[in-house]
Amino acid sequence: MILTYDGTFSGLLSVVFEVYRLKITVSKIVPEDEWQSNFFDQATYVETDSAWADRVRKGIEKKASKKIANTLYQCFLSEQADISMLLFNFIQKLFDSPSDISDNYGDDTVLRIHQIKKKIGREVHRMHAFVRFQRTKDDIYYAVIEPDFNVLPLLPKHFLDRYPAQKWLLYDSQRRYGVYYDLHKTTFITFEDDERLQYRQLNESVLDQSEPEYQILWKSYFDSVNIPERRNMKLHLQHVPKRYWKYLSEKRQQF
Amino acid sequence: MNQRVKEKLEILSDAAKYDVSCSSSGSNRKNTKDGLGNSSGMGICHSYTEDGRCVSLLKILLTNHCIFDCAYCVSRRSNDVKRAAFTVQEVVDLTINFYRRNYIEGLFLSSGIFKNPDYTMERLVRIAKELRTQHKFNGYIHLKAIPGASDELIHEAGLYADRLSVNLEIPSEMSLKKVAPEKNYGDVYKPMNYLAETITGFKEEQKAIRRAPKFAPGGQSTQLVIGATPEKDLQVLNLANDLYKKQNLKRVYYSGYVPISSDERMPALKQTPVVRENRLYQADWLMRFYGFGVDEIVNDHHPELDLELDPKAAYALRNPERFPVDINHADYEVILRVPGIGVRSAKKIVAARKHGKLRMEHLKKIGVVLKRAKYFITCLDKDFIFLGKQPELIRQAFLQPTRSKVAANQLNLFA
Ligand code: SF4
Repeated sequence: MILTYDGTFSGLLSVVFEVYRLKITVSKIVPEDEWQSNFFDQATYVETDSAWADRVRKGIEKKASKKIANTLYQCFLSEQADISMLLFNFIQKLFDSPSDISDNYGDDTVLRIHQIKKKIGREVHRMHAFVRFQRTKDDIYYAVIEPDFNVLPLLPKHFLDRYPAQKWLLYDSQRRYGVYYDLHKTTFITFEDDERLQYRQLNESVLDQSEPEYQILWKSYFDSVNIPERRNMKLHLQHVPKRYWKYLSEKRQQF
Repeated sequence: MNQRVKEKLEILSDAAKYDVSCSSSGSNRKNTKDGLGNSSGMGICHSYTEDGRCVSLLKILLTNHCIFDCAYCVSRRSNDVKRAAFTVQEVVDLTINFYRRNYIEGLFLSSGIFKNPDYTMERLVRIAKELRTQHKFNGYIHLKAIPGASDELIHEAGLYADRLSVNLEIPSEMSLKKVAPEKNYGDVYKPMNYLAETITGFKEEQKAIRRAPKFAPGGQSTQLVIGATPEKDLQVLNLANDLYKKQNLKRVYYSGYVPISSDERMPALKQTPVVRENRLYQADWLMRFYGFGVDEIVNDHHPELDLELDPKAAYALRNPERFPVDINHADYEVILRVPGIGVRSAKKIVAARKHGKLRMEHLKKIGVVLKRAKYFITCLDKDFIFLGKQPELIRQAFLQPTRSKVAANQLNLFA
């Protein structure tokens, strides 16, 4: 049977609940908006029910651990084409086996989950590292990101711990939403017109007057800590693949 | 901020860059609700220089004026370089503003000796104090403890800094005397021993009283310059081993000598010994995380590390009688000694084998580098075709594909 859901994590967990309740054999699970029906295949839509989702989550936590439940959520954000089915397969294996199989790295499904989680972890880490805030006139520290996966929901905690006393805004210019912290709470936001936010480097007219100076100071710091005698671009690229250079103001040429 | 600050920053970061310690790890300082920053566990590298080193901290000298004349140092009195000095306020502003923009994890502040050790140390301490108290800064602070400064100042530094370091620089006192006539080991060991004692004391206190104040929670470190003087790896690693054991150091850094100095007391090196430096880090890693004793890595028969092979592979080839290792039964520590198996893979092996015996294909998926490991292990595939090979043959096999990678994998240690 082919099942569709609303594309949220709760939705996917609700699918798991339904499968067990109705003892369905599943051939495919797809988010509703990605499903293209055709003559031969009919899909059944499963409503999202947060109480069901909760029970499935608790089940995962009990059988494996909280950490694994979180891992599954992180993998869900990976936007891999078959992620719904992969997560389903994992949960099914977990529920159907008498012991906790979540560290059975000899199993392909388990291994893939851990590999995806590693990739996500790396991307989150890179965002922690490479985000460069610019201070605006209204005292908001602002940064644009374009992560490889949809990791923005995983970022607020880290920045909240560091910057509880300054306002900040992280904006994913590809997925067109952001998270804003106003000194009290974080909120996910979207803008009808986000044209201005698309720019990595904000226009000087909206920046705090000290901002350009600090960008220049940072770049000159970066340039002078380099040791030319030890130049090793291969190693450099291994640490900072080219696609991340756009984040790094110190790597911009024109100032 | 103005042009002058930019110029100072250029001079004083350039002069600080040969101190290779960059890490902001090992501390655990929580932020407060109205504070700025934290430092927990692993520090983050916010950028990388073109030589592939991590940029994690604002690493600067307070001043490069110095009354000493150490031959290996760019800031030595007799060297003709531009001199500059930051004010306390300038360092504080740079740190805060860089931190707020997510450029750095914190501050690494060192200094040439201006006027006298106490005068210099007092300023370093004042900067750390202002950051912590006025700006509620909870990011990482690493201060250099200036040899010759009073115990009181060193003590105060420990109350604000996450980590303190005193650099031995030259791996034997005899060589040190030749290149730095004003220095001696006694002056360096004095603050180091004071710190070792005090750090241990505060740790004990923290066990008893939870809210006891912290003292250099990230511990202390030092740096050894490699290749400027004739010490062999045997001496260098034994010294490091002693520093870990006796002074309880968190890290020893090895800095391949960059031939910048035209001072005639220094050797005329053509190149920085980067490969040797890399091998020393690998050996150090084996001592700290892999349970190797220093004499298993270097000894009187093998006083130098093999530049072509990483020290773990070299160990395995020197000790064929310890292999093969049965992946499905051996202890974790034993598995960790197999070339091609790192900490992560070893942990995964131990977890996965509970669910069923492992084969080569599983090991490969787990991330074991079979090209290296296959000569040293047995698993459920009982082929044995790679076992019992002459160490010399394995050595050849190891050298072929990896040769060009040696320099690139500077800190990416063992597969
Ligand atoms: S005391 Fe320090 S700064 Fe001064 S010359 Fe010696 S190493 Fe350089």
